Amino acid sequence: MGKFLLRRLAYLLILVVIATTATYFLAAVALNPRSNFEGRNPPPPPEVVDARLDELNLNNKTPMVDRFTRWVSGLARGDMGKTVDGDSVNDEMGRRMGVSLRLLLIGSILGSLAGVAAGAYGAVKQYGPADHAMTLVSFVILSIPTVVLAVFLANAGASFNQAVGFRLVYNTGEYAPGLEAWSAAGIMDRLQHLVLPSLTLIFQGFAFYSRYQRNSMLDVLGADFVRTARAKGLRRSQALIKHALRTALIPMGTFFAYEFALIFIGSIFVEKIFTWHGMGEWFVQSIQKNDVNATAAIGMFVAGLVLFAGFLSDMVTVALDPRIRRS
Amino acid sequence: MTPAFTPATDPQASEGGVRARSSRGRLVTRRFLRRRLAVTGLFLVVLFFVFAYAGPAVYKWQYNQLDFQAFLQPPSYDHWFGTTQNGFDVLALTMRGMQKSLIIGLIGAVISTGIAAAAGAAAGYFSGWTDRSIVALIDLMLVLPGFLIIAILSPIFSGRTWLVFVLLLAIFQWMITARVVRSMTLSMKEREFVYAARFMGVPSWKIIWRHILPNMASFLIIDATINISSLILSEVGLSFFGFGVQPPDISLGTLINDHWQSAGTPFGYQFYLPALLLILLVLSVNLVGDGLRDALDPSAGVSGNQKA
Repeated sequence: MGKFLLRRLAYLLILVVIATTATYFLAAVALNPRSNFEGRNPPPPPEVVDARLDELNLNNKTPMVDRFTRWVSGLARGDMGKTVDGDSVNDEMGRRMGVSLRLLLIGSILGSLAGVAAGAYGAVKQYGPADHAMTLVSFVILSIPTVVLAVFLANAGASFNQAVGFRLVYNTGEYAPGLEAWSAAGIMDRLQHLVLPSLTLIFQGFAFYSRYQRNSMLDVLGADFVRTARAKGLRRSQALIKHALRTALIPMGTFFAYEFALIFIGSIFVEKIFTWHGMGEWFVQSIQKNDVNATAAIGMFVAGLVLFAGFLSDMVTVALDPRIRRS
Repeated sequence: MTPAFTPATDPQASEGGVRARSSRGRLVTRRFLRRRLAVTGLFLVVLFFVFAYAGPAVYKWQYNQLDFQAFLQPPSYDHWFGTTQNGFDVLALTMRGMQKSLIIGLIGAVISTGIAAAAGAAAGYFSGWTDRSIVALIDLMLVLPGFLIIAILSPIFSGRTWLVFVLLLAIFQWMITARVVRSMTLSMKEREFVYAARFMGVPSWKIIWRHILPNMASFLIIDATINISSLILSEVGLSFFGFGVQPPDISLGTLINDHWQSAGTPFGYQFYLPALLLILLVLSVNLVGDGLRDALDPSAGVSGNQKA
């Protein structure tokens, strides 16, 4: 079992290295930091621009491989380089990573839990009214672009506030300035800001997972071992949860890993609509500002997220599937 | 090859029978028509095509026409979907945008399913290092989200035709399908009809093209349909940030980008009406895909009225 996990970890690490390298080179080819300086009025002398770009490791006159080596050698010391504005990528990422993780964690965990529960329930009550309703709801949600869903929810929140007569939920920002972070009022305020963006992610996770979970649960429900479990004298609920659901969760692990990348992309829209200053917003800004180092660092962050989710799903698989544990 | 070797679910290979083919076609049509939602979806998709391509010929306003008498007017008899700040007609813009979204979905889906079929079948059929490298490529591309890569590459294709953008969308869409195709190929290459062809000296690519891919035609058709809707959604997402379709081209994504901030105001029709049509379009395509899945499912017999 340890060997299996180690092998998976090594494989995922290699993928992250390749993904980061690819992101760096693609960004270096596609983005042109020089234009940021040449577009200024009055245009600075070329030598000044070159010197500044050299200092930032963004000069397109330096061979790309040399720039990459310099970036990687910085990376080895834990330094991800400088942004086009001359700030440290590390500082910026440190600030924004927290924002994104606070947004992503709650949304993705609640969304996948809700989806798995609903999908399993729908499969057990196949063709019942609840099943039909949930299938329909997830079908509709899957047809709504994330950005449109976020705009819908932001405005629904505003109307909701109007209906109850005071501001219960906020649709801009992560928190109100001036409140003590760990006081009761501060936490309450953060929760009020968190509701609508999280709901967007939860709806999507719910729609995505419930459909897959329903299918994988249906495959399992008719299996002999579920009948055997019942025949042994287990109650229906026990047989369904301990034997059927457990088996049906195994293929979901893979989806979990890939869905994590999708959730990050979803958070780009959510951050934009609800004006959170997280990684997603930074990604869009970095491309618009031709910021090669920041873009590559974000690519590494996303690949790392997928690695983490992939490894987590491997561990879940190991916990659920005795065949892997024994080998 | 000889009819005896073709499996029963094969839609094309049974040369012996125009009759057999048409009866399967009839069976699939009947199964599809039995699903009311799927038929509604198909009807709506056809309607959207007519709306997008024939609509501009009938409607009195064009997408690039300004009405100086009506700035930011809510829907009325004169402007069915209202007008924008500059006096553009929202319905005309929506029709124009839907043209682009539809064509992007269609072209992209065909390319993406094509890549998936080719790569997946090659990986499954040739095994060895071909297989290993294709699988590694699939894994790698799944780690690198297509959205991010296309966004990074957007400065390169921004000045050029939107076809480059469609190609990129397709390039990041095929991976999961290719995995399924690969595993289907793995089991199919052990079948008698493939052995027979191989021992008669038919070249590998011909075996894949003539014997393996036709046997997964149903799966590929379903996949292409589902791809249409997910490509339309990707287009909207990328264009929303200006990473996709660029002005002066108009797509549903650029429309939503231009008007989403009006959503909370009295002028929200500029956002809600195109957005609702977009959702309806994607939903209809999904319903058609779902209906096809059930209709083409060979295991769906008399009782097999299952929903996916």
